[in-house]
Amino acid sequence: MEGNQKHPLQKLMDNPWLLLALGLLIPILSYTIWGWYQIVTMAKALLP
Amino acid sequence: MGNFLEGRYRTCNTTGLPVCLDAQFFIKAHAVAAVVFFLIGAIAALLIALTRWSAVHLLPAMWFYRVLTLHGLNMLIFWIISFEIAILYFAGTSLLNSRLFSRKVAWVAYVLMVVGALMVDYIVLIGKGDVLMTSYPPLKAHPLFYLGIIFFAVGTLIAVFNFFATVYIARRDKTYEGSMPLVAYGALAAAIIAVVTLLHGATVMIPSFLWSLGLVEHIDAGWYRLVWWGLGHPSQQINVAAMVAVWYFMATLTTGAKPLNETVCRAAFVFYILFINLASAHHLLVDPGLNASWKIWNTSYAMYLAVLASMIHGFTVPASIEVAQRLKGFTRGIFNWLTSAPWGDPGFASIFLSIVIFGFIGGITGVTLGTEQINIIAHNTLRIPGHFHATVVGGTTLAFMGLTYYVVPLIFQRDFYFKKWARVQPYIFASGVVLLSLGMSFAGSYGVPRRHWDVNFTGAPLSAGFDAAAHFFLGVLGIGGILAFTGALIFIVLTVLAVFFGKSIAGQPFHGWQPAEKFKLSMEIFSRKKDEKFEQIAHKVPGTVVLVFVLLISFMVYYFANWKALADVWWVR
Amino acid sequence: MSIKSPESNWFKPPEGSERLWVGVALVWCMVMFLAMPYWHVKGKQNSTGESYAVTPAEFQKRVNRFVETNKVGEKNGIPVVEPSPGGDAYLMGQMWRWYPILKLKEGQTYRLHISSVDLQHGFSVLPININFQVLPGYDHVLTLTPTSKGIFQVICNEFCGIGHHLMTGQIIVE
Repeated sequence: MEGNQKHPLQKLMDNPWLLLALGLLIPILSYTIWGWYQIVTMAKALLP
Repeated sequence: MGNFLEGRYRTCNTTGLPVCLDAQFFIKAHAVAAVVFFLIGAIAALLIALTRWSAVHLLPAMWFYRVLTLHGLNMLIFWIISFEIAILYFAGTSLLNSRLFSRKVAWVAYVLMVVGALMVDYIVLIGKGDVLMTSYPPLKAHPLFYLGIIFFAVGTLIAVFNFFATVYIARRDKTYEGSMPLVAYGALAAAIIAVVTLLHGATVMIPSFLWSLGLVEHIDAGWYRLVWWGLGHPSQQINVAAMVAVWYFMATLTTGAKPLNETVCRAAFVFYILFINLASAHHLLVDPGLNASWKIWNTSYAMYLAVLASMIHGFTVPASIEVAQRLKGFTRGIFNWLTSAPWGDPGFASIFLSIVIFGFIGGITGVTLGTEQINIIAHNTLRIPGHFHATVVGGTTLAFMGLTYYVVPLIFQRDFYFKKWARVQPYIFASGVVLLSLGMSFAGSYGVPRRHWDVNFTGAPLSAGFDAAAHFFLGVLGIGGILAFTGALIFIVLTVLAVFFGKSIAGQPFHGWQPAEKFKLSMEIFSRKKDEKFEQIAHKVPGTVVLVFVLLISFMVYYFANWKALADVWWVR
Repeated sequence: MSIKSPESNWFKPPEGSERLWVGVALVWCMVMFLAMPYWHVKGKQNSTGESYAVTPAEFQKRVNRFVETNKVGEKNGIPVVEPSPGGDAYLMGQMWRWYPILKLKEGQTYRLHISSVDLQHGFSVLPININFQVLPGYDHVLTLTPTSKGIFQVICNEFCGIGHHLMTGQIIVE
């Protein structure tokens, strides 16, 4: 028997709730919030 | 130990997997709904292909856009997501050895999804929603259009919740030992991606609904595009994760394959979960208001880690098949394992063709068109649908068809009629989709726009148009469309006949596609421990190595050819 | 395992051919990622998304002023307008036309402002095949240098209603 010492990364990968949390957090911060911020803070046109 | 309720489960006579009867009921219900939406979408597809084929130009303008709206929504949302919910219910119960969390919750989800989809289809068909699938404001549809989509999205979210709750009780009751099976892990990835999708759907559709009622004054066009694509693109990433899970599942069922290395396959799914949804940016690469850093970072799924994941799956699935086949004794040369594969089994043929089309056409074009600068010569041209028909139709839909050839006998417990037609169907459908996709891609490279009724611009004040070569490729698109529709129709007819009129095979094993002894051998190979012989073969998979390097070289040629084409256009920044 | 739970400790690095492929694929992914920032420095075609908030009414007024001051001719009743090299040019997307016709000089650089006064439109220049998105409320500024002479068609490639296929325009480069 190899024993019950599981690799820490295996434990992380086996945790569906952690994956759910990260799977929501990363795209929402990187894509949605960052993009939203840029649209909201767009400067007014001068139309030279 | 399973946590099934007394009398509410059975054991599959073919695979030996447990089947929760509540889950089985909803798998059937969602699969039937899915095929109905697929039929609506397929009829629409034929009409659109025959209109884009400029020599035929079938529909009048208004009906073209109406049918295009219908096609997009039924195919990309209703068919695919309904089928995926069936997959989630199966993976959460049969593979985790658990009962379905709640029948009531499943009912609520199902009714919301079906009612929502029917509302949308009705509004579109009576001409109150000619806004295409994306419904970009200021284009405005009838309020029930938005409400229908909200219903469908909320229903899906509830079904996904039911899946997560099933995972929760399975873990609580320790119905499986250690880690969940890989296919269930892929389903988990699909479910997580679905949550991202549906949250964006709610964020964008609820204000749009209020706007259509006159309760909100203004919807910003750029904001809408940003959030809508947080729905539109991830909904197709659910497909990718679910499709890959189906590849692994069918590879096991049809050849006895098992993954070479669990870590690699699972890490690839983790990359999907974490990064694939950044790629919603693919649609906004030439949009105003978003800067280059945002575009580059997001379009690359964080340095292409989700592309790495697909390249890994594209290796591990065929490699696992190669190892299983070599263990059966097909060891001659580099490709004997492949030529001796069960090509007459529509389950196997579908997924193998799905892998090839998804990788060679869908994947290569997708990454290239999604390169920030290359998008300048591709955005909103027919190259875009050329790409996603190879992923969603040639990839996902074909894989789901292959799965259906096993779902009907194993879950509905009905046998197929006209099996010979089923055996050739994947080839007909695949060749149609390939032609369709190539026709679109090549026409698009001349700048032919997508979602356009008349590329001769008849009656426009300033003339415009395309040369004969572009029209030739629109003809290829049309012929491919007819062929793909024929394949889709054969699939639908066979499935409907089997589901409603097929001979019941309850209580007996199904060996309709491969002889019983071949299936037994596959299962025997599958359940063998990973011994030294397995590892030895697994370390050296020459056939798969040749295939993936051919893919990589094609990828590089296409990718750099596009940079060259870009370098030739006007300077712009 | 695909349909059964795997052995309890499955964590191990890839080996053999699989390891080779994962490595090669990772390198290829990094090459593709670095290509994009590289092209922003060295390449001549980039999408920077430079834009400013504008109302459709303001934009339409500015386009009209641009046409009045820089008009050099007419074609099919549509004004042909020549901006000064290095200066600002304006193009308005409207159901269903690109207004006005622009006359540019080869090798000169212009700041081309594009916006829509109604629905979303797609700015597509043929046959060279350059495509940018045009949105109401957004003054999308392209710093554009035509590198070839000729009469170029501008079409719309974002669905904008029943007359979408009638929406054309022109850019003349001399």
